[in-house]
Amino acid sequence: MATYTLISSVIVGSGGAANIEFTSIPATYTDLLLKVSPRISSTNGTVYVDYNSSTSNQSWNRLYNSSGSVGADTGSRQYITAVTSDYTANTFGSTEIYIPNYASSNNKSSLVDTVQENNSSTNLQALVANLWSNSAAITAIRIVPFSGTFVQYSTAYLYGISNA
Amino acid sequence: MTATYEKIATTTLGSSQASIDFTSISGSYTDLVIIGSIKTATLTNPACYVRFNNDTGSNYSVTSLYGNGSSAGSTKFNSQTFIRYNYVTDPNTTNFAPVIMNINNYSNATTYKTALTKFGLASIGLDYTVGLWRSTSAINRVTFTLESATNFASGCIFTIYGIKAE
Repeated sequence: MATYTLISSVIVGSGGAANIEFTSIPATYTDLLLKVSPRISSTNGTVYVDYNSSTSNQSWNRLYNSSGSVGADTGSRQYITAVTSDYTANTFGSTEIYIPNYASSNNKSSLVDTVQENNSSTNLQALVANLWSNSAAITAIRIVPFSGTFVQYSTAYLYGISNA
Repeated sequence: MTATYEKIATTTLGSSQASIDFTSISGSYTDLVIIGSIKTATLTNPACYVRFNNDTGSNYSVTSLYGNGSSAGSTKFNSQTFIRYNYVTDPNTTNFAPVIMNINNYSNATTYKTALTKFGLASIGLDYTVGLWRSTSAINRVTFTLESATNFASGCIFTIYGIKAE
């Protein structure tokens, strides 16, 4: 069995997309890796990450560089960041979400590298620890902007990683 | 076609244990990736230590960025006897912390070895560390231990992958 296997991918079309969702994720892998290049139509770069359509029992811890200021904070709903409508045109964010043991009965912790870069003084790069306090196997992942929609050419690729 | 990523070994703890130890690592790959889900058996937020080839000499240096949810910081240590990671895990929750370690060009016999590692748990914090091992030996053993002889909890899973550049 290949170690890395593409499960599914999404390339947003000309009409944009309110969210990007992967469903019916098989439990046959060990870990999941989601690679996202998002840009959204609003000026708020927050994008939520929900598993199995659940928006509750989530939290995060973040280490960040926001426009040159380094800090750390916490929040209550799993998240990544996206490039926003006021950023340099034709620019997209870059994010990796690594979810180990996604089909286990443990709560689901993940590590996230997420950035939005811009040819101006505004930017964000962050390392995020996301947590979904639920023992269910992850069978669906939905990423949804806090406001606005994903614009055309935003992409998301979901890989399964097997240690078999 | 040769697979680019290959599993070398997996360790799943059936009971608490003092170390995670990958031995006899083949030198036939180009890079190594270690993926872990860890939890401590007792101590909250202990440091995690890593050594290569069981070298206990002062041959390691460490640069870290870290955050605890309210403040960020950085550290730099030279001539250490291990690579040290902060903000690892919490025995008071049911949550396991993901760990991702990349060791590039681990099997060459010419250069010193660098490991780039991320730890993170929502209830504790994050650590992003680069560690240098000043040895030209190929890495054939990677050992994780915890501060104050704390044990890793039952259920911890570590997998080491080899990456072939071919």
